[in-house]
Amino acid sequence: MIPGQFSYHAPATLPQAIALLGEHGYDAKILSGGQSLIPLMRFRLAQPAHLVDINRIDGLAYVREEDGALRIGALAREADLDAEPLVHERYPLLADAIAVIADPLVRNLATVCGNVAHADPANDHPAVMLAYRAEVVAEGPSGRRVIPIDDFFVDTFVTALEPNEVLVELRIPAPKPGSGGAYQKLERKVGDYAIAGVAAQIVVGADGLISEAGVALTNVGPMPIRASEAEESLTGRHPNEKTFADAARLASDAADPVTDLRGPADYKRAVTRTLTARALQRAAERALS
Amino acid sequence: MATTTTEQLGGYGQSVKRKEDPRFLRGKGTYIDDIKLPGMLYMDIVRSPFAHAKITNITTQPALDIPGVLAVITGKDLDAAGLAWMPTLMSDRQMVLPVDTVMYQMQEVAAVIADSRYAAADGAAAVEVDYEPLEVVVDPFKALQDDAPILRPDREIKSNRIFHWEAGDSAATDKAFAEADVVVEQDMYIPRIHVASIETCGCIAQVDEVSGKLTVWMTTQAPHAIRTVFSLVSGIPETKIRVISPDIGGGFGGKVPVYPGYVIAVVAALTTGKPVKWIEDRSENLQADSFARDYHMKARLAATQDGTIKALDVVTIADHGAFDAAANPSKFPAGLFSIATGSYDLETAHVEVDGVYTNKPPGGVAYRCSFRVTEAVHMIERMVDILADEIGADAAELRFKNFIQPDQFPYKSPTGWEYDSGNYPAALQKALDQIGYQDLLREQQEKRERGELMGIGISTFTEIVGAGPSNTFDILGIKMFDSAEIRIHPTGSAIVRIGVQTQGQGHETTFAQIVADELGLPVDNIIVEHGDTDTAPYGLGTYASRSTPTAGAATAMAARKIRAKAKELAAHLLEVSADDLEWVDHKFQVKGSPGSSKSMAEIAFAAYTNHPQGMEAGLEAVSYYDPPNLTFPFGAYICVVDIDRGTGMVKIRRFLAIDDCGTVINPMIVEGQIHGGLAMGMAPALLEEISYDEHGNIRGGTFMDYLLPTAMETPAWETGRTVTPSPHHPFGAKGVGESATVGAPPAIVNAVVDALSHLGVRHIDIPITPWKVYKILEEHGAAE
Repeated sequence: MIPGQFSYHAPATLPQAIALLGEHGYDAKILSGGQSLIPLMRFRLAQPAHLVDINRIDGLAYVREEDGALRIGALAREADLDAEPLVHERYPLLADAIAVIADPLVRNLATVCGNVAHADPANDHPAVMLAYRAEVVAEGPSGRRVIPIDDFFVDTFVTALEPNEVLVELRIPAPKPGSGGAYQKLERKVGDYAIAGVAAQIVVGADGLISEAGVALTNVGPMPIRASEAEESLTGRHPNEKTFADAARLASDAADPVTDLRGPADYKRAVTRTLTARALQRAAERALS
Repeated sequence: MATTTTEQLGGYGQSVKRKEDPRFLRGKGTYIDDIKLPGMLYMDIVRSPFAHAKITNITTQPALDIPGVLAVITGKDLDAAGLAWMPTLMSDRQMVLPVDTVMYQMQEVAAVIADSRYAAADGAAAVEVDYEPLEVVVDPFKALQDDAPILRPDREIKSNRIFHWEAGDSAATDKAFAEADVVVEQDMYIPRIHVASIETCGCIAQVDEVSGKLTVWMTTQAPHAIRTVFSLVSGIPETKIRVISPDIGGGFGGKVPVYPGYVIAVVAALTTGKPVKWIEDRSENLQADSFARDYHMKARLAATQDGTIKALDVVTIADHGAFDAAANPSKFPAGLFSIATGSYDLETAHVEVDGVYTNKPPGGVAYRCSFRVTEAVHMIERMVDILADEIGADAAELRFKNFIQPDQFPYKSPTGWEYDSGNYPAALQKALDQIGYQDLLREQQEKRERGELMGIGISTFTEIVGAGPSNTFDILGIKMFDSAEIRIHPTGSAIVRIGVQTQGQGHETTFAQIVADELGLPVDNIIVEHGDTDTAPYGLGTYASRSTPTAGAATAMAARKIRAKAKELAAHLLEVSADDLEWVDHKFQVKGSPGSSKSMAEIAFAAYTNHPQGMEAGLEAVSYYDPPNLTFPFGAYICVVDIDRGTGMVKIRRFLAIDDCGTVINPMIVEGQIHGGLAMGMAPALLEEISYDEHGNIRGGTFMDYLLPTAMETPAWETGRTVTPSPHHPFGAKGVGESATVGAPPAIVNAVVDALSHLGVRHIDIPITPWKVYKILEEHGAAE
């Protein structure tokens, strides 16, 4: 469990970090919370020649609501968000997910942006961001660009980020009236990756019908999955058990799991169905309360 | 003079705070990896990616080219010194490093010695080994087939069967089954699990360049036995070998075997002349060190229609991996598995076990279990429930009906054990009352009618611990007595040295409490040392819940020798005959004259300043205690579970453990042992398993997939106690370290099966994972 040799860089500014990434290209990895990267290096599954530690860069550890979005800076830790009343009051889906990511020790260091940038389909925030229809802000040598979350995940562990770009911010649209969300995760034990996880975010309009829905799945495919057909099935319907059961079946169909120690593929599909129904039920309770 | 009570002294039955804790809680313990010697080198190990393969070539130069790498040791190097193989405690032999064939994935292949831990790791990654894969045998049943490759051609017997062992009466058992009204039968598998102690294994080997004395600081539960084996193998006299077992971060049986890494580190220290440290990383520990369980059992119970159990028959295939490196007493290749009749009065029984070689790391470690008792208890407690289901009896009633009754002790079991004492009905009744069994049954009925799944599981286990009497128990011929040495200082404080080695059991506290109570000295004035072969008396070490039954007894006996001499001294001081003295309130007083007495502190001072002519000065004693029998702790556990029909997840709602370990030295420590043991019993029932694919690749070889329970998974344990002292132990204690690990798994499984029994479910193999339960629910149309 001893990593191979690597060079360690600790830039003081974002431009310096971007320059280092430009210099070393695919041989470099960004170190933020390190809770995924360091274990991979200790197993020698990842052996980056250069680590660019962004922890000494000022001004990246924020979480605030501004211009109609919750903005999460690159160095905001899971624990920082958990300690922020705003997150619990207005973004319950996000708060739910944070509470079931790894364990408190990990959450003290792990960053939300790093969880998304790592693009591990087993990570919880990718599905959360899909359900929220969030945006990713990347900064490179020529400045910033905004990437819609649906364009961000390219493959397992692969994102739309260029090797010389830093994921500097996540933007979650501020909730409209009648919004509610929830995250449901089944894990073998606390700290485990999900057997399956489901993020649900809905808006119930003044007419009592669901006007918007986001449903996304964790760890039941090679990438985080948006359950588009489930989302479509929800829109325009009453938030009730039948509606949720239908959506849950469609979400289960969207899952593409593999058989592993967490269970056979068909079990994971069944769990996806159960969790989708439960997440939607909870989301609706919150939307209507 | 004020009387000194047991409470004031911190004697028997007192929840004295652990003397060890100030250093552990402050992070000031001294574990192997905390020890740093000048000029120390570091070792890392190259391990096999294949489960069975020929080694065709090893290229060491790329490793030697790395700055800081000083040497690479291979099996050929060891072979030249006659050290490529080492004996195991089970009279098998085991490769230290392979000369030409690897036998399991993660087996040691070569060792790299370097001047830093990092260089050693880089060196290990740089050694190039060429393999030619061989046919892999993972399944022990296939290993016994005629066409299976012989995995151990080095042995005289060309078979993958290591041993065949039987106990009980085969003919009488066959007859009982032939005549039985009811026979139930069940196949059960107890999978491989790993102790996963918080500290991995390791050592530092140092050779004094002047005296040639070898000192090894090592993670061992049995330093004396290790030193004797080292001496016998190497020919080095024991005066020139010192084994020190410092603070140990958990043993659970996993630190009894001798691992190749220890031996290679010693060779490295001898060849380099420098101290060499070897510390396993977590993956090595979890994937290569000895495993527990791996028992395939076929069990049958014969009974009358009204539920009187007549006979038990168990046929077992035990997967021991590539080398039989278990650490059972030598005459017991299947450990104490013949305790399999449990708490029940059967007419007859027959058990048999075949040990088998496979391409896996060595198995058979007694993981927090007195040598295969966990497997035996799991089997009998499951079988009783299966019988209850078959005849429609209540699981508690069936147990009451078949218990060995309190007046039957000492009880001779059909497999030959003599149970020393017990009161099983009292323990179960207490458990039923405390948990509110009737209310739970009513609640379950109501829930079933609403389609909710709730189960109640009972386990009324009997343990067999404290190995053991020298007429039966030895390890490679060394009898399994244990020892204590007590020296009282002039001012009434004392040092106690014991032959057993603590790994978290609290010996520094509990053994001091024994002396405090036996001699009337405050517990704070007594220190306990252990684990250093140069200073501690000879003993066989701590495992199998044997410390209190053996060394604890030795400590009491040594204290009583001191008390006998103290009586003579007191008589001298009080100018009376010793016959006129009595031991009252922890001091000697003249019979009928309570005002005339001498405390142990006064007597101790006299032993050095005013001893009578003709008596030796000083106040000390040694005892080597050979237990007349084993002890038989027992308990009644009840578990209540709820099952989520949408996910198959099992939640333990309540778990009550009523334990009887005889006289309790320290209730708080016993409580801690029970809590820890219950967590370690829950783990294999619901979470932990090490399995292999058909190529012998380990599955679940990291903590991502080997699911150690955390505080979040463990329920709020409820505990209680009955006290049935051992009649043959000096102060009635029985040992408790393993009861909960042994007793908990079947209570949990019985609860889960009970929750599903109305669907026709009779058995589920552990671990009971959510997907297994969900599959059952789906099959029976009960999934949400």
